Amino acid sequence: MQFAFTEEQDMFRDTVRDLFADVCPPEAVRASWDNDDGRVPGLWDALAEMGVLAVLAPEEAGGLGMNEVDLVRILEEAGYAGVPEPLMEHAAVAVPALAQAGSAHLEAAIGGGSRYSVSLSTGGGAVLAAGSVDALVAEDDGLLVDVGRESYDVVPVESIDQSRRLARVELTGDPAGLSGADAALANDRAALGTAAQCIGVARRLLDATVEYVGERYQFGKPVGSYQAVKHHLANVRIANEFAAPLVYRAAWSVSHPETHDEGIRGRDVSMAKATASDAVDLACRAALQCHGAIGYTFEYDLQLWLKRGWALAASYGDARRHRDRVAAALQI
Amino acid sequence: MDLELAPRYVDFREECRNWLEANNPGRIASMDTAAGFEEHREWERVLFDGGWSVPGWPKAYGGRDCDLIEWLIYEEEYWLSGVPGRVSANGVSLLAPTIFNFGTQEQQDHFLPKMASGEHIWAQGWSEPEAGSDLAGIKTKAIRDGDHYVLNGQKTWCSRGAFADWIFCIVRTDPDAERHAGLTYLLVPADAPGMERRPIGRLDGEPGFAELFFDDCRVSVDNVLGEEGQGWAVAMAAAGSERGLNLRSPGRFMAAAERLTDLVRDMQAQDRTVDVRLRDEVTDAWIKAQAYRWQTYMLAANLMDGAEIGSEASLGKVFWSELDLELHATALRLLGDRGELVEGNDWLDGYVFALSGPIYAGTNEIQRNIIAERVLGLPRR
Repeated sequence: MQFAFTEEQDMFRDTVRDLFADVCPPEAVRASWDNDDGRVPGLWDALAEMGVLAVLAPEEAGGLGMNEVDLVRILEEAGYAGVPEPLMEHAAVAVPALAQAGSAHLEAAIGGGSRYSVSLSTGGGAVLAAGSVDALVAEDDGLLVDVGRESYDVVPVESIDQSRRLARVELTGDPAGLSGADAALANDRAALGTAAQCIGVARRLLDATVEYVGERYQFGKPVGSYQAVKHHLANVRIANEFAAPLVYRAAWSVSHPETHDEGIRGRDVSMAKATASDAVDLACRAALQCHGAIGYTFEYDLQLWLKRGWALAASYGDARRHRDRVAAALQI
Repeated sequence: MDLELAPRYVDFREECRNWLEANNPGRIASMDTAAGFEEHREWERVLFDGGWSVPGWPKAYGGRDCDLIEWLIYEEEYWLSGVPGRVSANGVSLLAPTIFNFGTQEQQDHFLPKMASGEHIWAQGWSEPEAGSDLAGIKTKAIRDGDHYVLNGQKTWCSRGAFADWIFCIVRTDPDAERHAGLTYLLVPADAPGMERRPIGRLDGEPGFAELFFDDCRVSVDNVLGEEGQGWAVAMAAAGSERGLNLRSPGRFMAAAERLTDLVRDMQAQDRTVDVRLRDEVTDAWIKAQAYRWQTYMLAANLMDGAEIGSEASLGKVFWSELDLELHATALRLLGDRGELVEGNDWLDGYVFALSGPIYAGTNEIQRNIIAERVLGLPRR
C-alpha cells in the first residue's frame, strides 16, 4: 500500500502541464470556439512527440507501456488548461481499444498520424470532434468497431461549450470490428478520463477565483478577505481534495484487471465520476458567484471553464447516474 | 503507486479481526456516566493487555510499533467489529503525540504507560468561557511560586472532564504577555487541591463534559510540557493531530456507512419502500466515506515519506465531521417517523453526537477560514 505518485510520474505530468500552458493558453481555447475545426494549432503534434498519445499502448507496439494512473494526471492537466481536442477520447479510450484488438491502425494513432474520437453508448448520443477526426472507435450493438471518416456521416449539434464540437454520427459503411476490445471497459475509461478532467477544471476555476478575489476591492478591502467568500472557496477546495483520490483509486482499478473484476472496476469508476462531477459543479457555482457580474460576461475567460465544467460534469454520466451504478454494486 | 495490501497487511487485518471478535465485551454503558466510564476503563485495560490499546506506539510504552497503514487497518476493523468506543481517545489522540514530541524522558516514562493501560484517562482543558474559537484569548493564570504554579481561572467544555484522572491544559504563565505569547502547556491532576469540577449536561443529558474552577490550585512545575511560555506552539502540534487523522480515522465512518447500507437492505428485505432520493443520499454518504478513506491513505503515504500535516488537516476535519452528520441524518430520514424513538435506535445517539463534530476541535467555520487563508492564500483582512 503506497498511495503516492513516483517522481517520474510527477515529472511527466509537469512536462505536459508546461506544454499546455505554452501551446494552449486561454486565447487558444477561446479561438477554438469559432475557428474552422475547433482545434489548437500545433498541440496534437506536440502531444504525439511527447508520447502522450501513446501512454496506454504497450511498449512492444511502440507505446510507452504506462497505465491509467499515469494518464489521469495528464487528463487532469488537460482539464486545467481547457484543452478542446479529443485527447481523452483518443488517448484514454481509442488507443487502448486499438491496442487490445491488435489493430494495424494503432501505430498511426500513437504517432499522431491519425486522430480518433469515440462514439460510446454512455456518451449521450453526440460525439466530440466527429467532423474533424480521422476515425472513430464506436460502440455498435455492444461491440467496438473502428470506423474511418469515410464510413460515417455527421450532423453537428451545438454544445453550451462551443469548443466542444459535437455531432451526431451515423455509420454508413461496414466498419471493421475490434475483436478483443471490450466495450464496457471503453465506457469506464471514458468516465474515468472525464472525471480526471473535471478535477482539473475545478482546480482551474478555483485558482482563477482565488486570484480574482485577492485583487478585487470593495469597502476598501479585497473581497477575498470576507468570510462568506472564503467559505465558498474553502468548500471548493475540500470537494476537490476528496474527489481526486477517488479518481486515482479508480485509475488503479482500471489498470489492474487481475485484481479488479468488472463489477469492482465499474463501482470505483462511478465513485470517481460521481464525486468529480459534483466537485466541478460546485466549483462552477462558487467561481461564478465569487466573480460577481464580471464572471457572467462572455468576454471574460471564466466562461470558458464554467461551460467546460458544466459539459464534463454531465458527460459520460452525471453524478446521479454514477451513484445509481454504485448503489447497484452495493445491492441497495 | 501500489494500492494492493501486501500479505503482511492482509495477515495483520485478520489478526485484528480475530482478536476483536474474541474479546468484544458487547454493549456497555455510556462512557459519559460514572459507571460507564469505569466500564470503558476496563475495556481499555482489556485492549492494553492484548497489546491493542495503542498499536502505533513503541513497544516500550505498551504499543506494537505499527506503521500508519497498519494503524488505519486496525481502526477499520475496530469500528467494523462493533466493540465499545475509546474513553482514552482524548489522551491517546491529542496529548500523546505532544508528549512524544515535547515531553522529557521522565514524563514519557511516567505518563505514556499509564495512558496506554487506562490507569490515566485524560480530558482536554483548553476552552474557557471567553476563549472558544478565539483560543489565544485564554485568561486562566498560572503564577510561579517556588516549584509550583498557582492556578486561578476557569476552563469549560472539557470532554470526559467529569470523570477524568488528568487534564491537559493551556494556561497563562505570563499575565503581561498577550495572545499567543506567555502561554504554557500544563498537565493537571484531577485531584489537585484548589480545583473544583462541575459536570455539564450535554445535549443528550449525560455529563459528557465539565467546567473546571481553579482557586489557588497548586500544580508542580514538573508538569509543564515543553518550555514555559511555549504553550501555543506545543498545543498547535496537537491541534493538527486533533483535526487530522489521529482523532477520527476513516474506519469509524466506513463502518457507519456499512451499517447505513445494511439498514437499506433490511428495509428492502421487509418490503418497505426506500425512496429513490434517499437511496441516492445513502450512496452519496457511502462514497464519501470511501473518499475519506482514500484521501487518508494518500496522506499516510506522504507522512510515511516524512511530510507533516499542516493547515491541510482542516480539510479533513470539515469533511469527516460533515460526513458523520450526513451518515446519521440520512439514517434517521430512512427511519422516518420511527426516527424519534430511542429504544433500539443507535442512529439517534450517533446523530446527537455527530452534531457536535462541526463544533469541537475548532468549529468548521474556523476551519474554513484556515483553509481559505493558509491553504488557498486568501487575505486575512
